[in-house]
Amino acid sequence: MKKIFEKVIEGILMLSGTVTTLTVLLIIFFLFKEGIGLFGKSPTEEGFTVAVNRENPVNELSTDQIKNIFDQNIHNWNEVGGNNDSIILFRMDDLFNYYTEEELAGIDTNMNLLTSKIDEVIDKNKGIIAFISSKEIPQNPNSKLIHIKAIGLGSFFGGKEWFPTAQPVAQFGVYPLLMGTLWVSLLAILIALPFGLATAVYMAEIASPGVRSVLKPVIELLAGIPSVVYGFFGLIVVVPLVQQIFALPVGETGLTGSIILAIMALPTIITVAEDAIRGTPRSVKEASLALGASQWQTIYRITIPYASSGITAAVILGIGRAIGETMAVLMVTGNAAVVPHSILEPMRTIPATIAAELGEAAKGSLHYDALFALGCILFIITMIVNLTVQMISGKRTRNKLR
Amino acid sequence: MIEAKNLNLFYGTFQALNDISMKVPEKSVTALIGPSGCGKSTFLRTFNRMNDLIPGVKIEGEVIVDDMNVYEKGVDVDNLRKRVGMVFQKPNPFAKSIFENVAYGLRVNGVNDEKLIKQTVEESLKQAALWDEVKDNLKKSAYAISGGQQQRLCIARALAVEPTVLLMDEPASALDPISTSKIEELIHELKKKYTILIVTHNMQQAARVSDHTAFFYMGSLVEFDETKTIFTHPVKQQTQNYVTGRFG
Ligand SMILES: Nc1ncnc2c1ncn2[C@@H]1O[C@H](COP(=O)(O)OP(=O)(O)OP(=O)(O)O)[C@@H](O)[C@H]1O
Ligand SMILES: [Mg+2]
Repeated sequence: MKKIFEKVIEGILMLSGTVTTLTVLLIIFFLFKEGIGLFGKSPTEEGFTVAVNRENPVNELSTDQIKNIFDQNIHNWNEVGGNNDSIILFRMDDLFNYYTEEELAGIDTNMNLLTSKIDEVIDKNKGIIAFISSKEIPQNPNSKLIHIKAIGLGSFFGGKEWFPTAQPVAQFGVYPLLMGTLWVSLLAILIALPFGLATAVYMAEIASPGVRSVLKPVIELLAGIPSVVYGFFGLIVVVPLVQQIFALPVGETGLTGSIILAIMALPTIITVAEDAIRGTPRSVKEASLALGASQWQTIYRITIPYASSGITAAVILGIGRAIGETMAVLMVTGNAAVVPHSILEPMRTIPATIAAELGEAAKGSLHYDALFALGCILFIITMIVNLTVQMISGKRTRNKLR
Repeated sequence: MIEAKNLNLFYGTFQALNDISMKVPEKSVTALIGPSGCGKSTFLRTFNRMNDLIPGVKIEGEVIVDDMNVYEKGVDVDNLRKRVGMVFQKPNPFAKSIFENVAYGLRVNGVNDEKLIKQTVEESLKQAALWDEVKDNLKKSAYAISGGQQQRLCIARALAVEPTVLLMDEPASALDPISTSKIEELIHELKKKYTILIVTHNMQQAARVSDHTAFFYMGSLVEFDETKTIFTHPVKQQTQNYVTGRFG
């Protein structure tokens, strides 16, 4: 009887373990399935293509080249390997520049008329590049489709522009977002570390029990405040402060985000580091004091080295918190998706991008897939951070066991 | 010369030491014995002010070390602890190398001369009868040697700062008989240079190593005399009962 009971319990435990594991694996699977969907696709919006005159020798263009053409940074075909013809841009609306309204009467309903008119324009202008609906193309004898290079890992990680809704080709360069994330997170840690460590040492070693019993709940409260509230605080206090101190046109900068993130990472850092410092055995501290070491010498020569792996774990957990944080960063960093040159520029992080853009990205669109790919990157970064923590705390338990 | 004069100590409202006066003879071993909780450790730790670390401790009376009351205002506690070394019940080496454990006391007291440090480390390890066992492994972690060796390392560590007094709180209670006898031999050697106060629960040990013995009971000093007298014909019945083992 008892045996059966124990077997049942064992079964339930195993089942819940399996279910949890499966759920996690499923989440990862779907995240990556959607994210990987981005690669190999053409960066033009579905249903649209780019066409040129049939006699134009250019067959293939990269997304960058197309973007520069439509932004009028490239004016001549010879810049992209074609003839010496100036480039004429053509979008659907431009049809009215080539024909009178009478000539185009009924074009909304008559598909063939539209197709033939476009074809006519393409035929007449050797240097034209047309961004048009792909439905018209098959019947057009005078135009030629341009092959656009598919989105690959290289352009994804190396691309310096994040412009997911750009026409005619979307730009999915995560480099600026990745840099934004790293700059903001790392600076946040640089700010949070000295403060967090100092507070942890103070709480663990110096503060009287009375002071500690006030400080501890306050710090735990800090951890419980929703990030939007930090965002508001950032907008109202830190943004104007940064703007004034550095005489900037706008106060929403990477630095602002770092400051807010640092405040948010503090409770984690303080709590974990304090635990680690408290973990230093009393007997070793007494041994140090008994040798005539002062309290400070004992703290920095004995206590902190003893707690160093725990302190490292605190820092990495803090980094993890900073890297994944969304809302507050979204509110105060200015969200400019450009490669940062200085911390005093607006920046945009990966989580903020996902949060800001997921609402407007149609399900199944390129943009949607790209946001999932961002999610994958975030997942990988966090995983690396967590593995590092595990490695360090694993090392710590081994040390303790010796 | 170290001495306690009318010493009272309170943990909050609990009186742990009750009007203790005792002169500890120099360059000899004085054992503190008594049942658990009678205040031996508390008394021992008043000599290097280790009780200061415990919140709510109140001390009345005087503790004299080198002709100075250590509880007087303005006393340099760090300097006092340099002069009054301490060895604890459980070996408590630092998570450092053997060498750095012994060098620690010198470094925190501002000694930078590496040659001098090296020389002192060697001397201290020799005094603690550990040198021959570790001289080839000075860089090894102090955790990697046996408990008995660790305790001798802790003694070497205390000796390195050249104290005049050595406080030992049950230094051999966590050790096997062989390590214990090594520590006892060591104490015998060390008393030529140091004034030693040792707490022990082991009557034979007290009889073997000490010249004088103090019997404590419930925070009071019951009897203090030459070890021989305490163990053969003590004045107080309580002492008699305790040393003969007829006592809880
Ligand atoms: N930090 C403290 N706070 C309050 N009371 C304490 C504290 N340390 C010791 N005491 C009390 O003071 C008394 C003396 O303690 P002490 O540690 O000096 O005894 P001891 O003689 O060393 O005992 P043992 O032989 O078990 O080590 C005991 O009753 C103990 O409960
Ligand atoms: Mg004790």
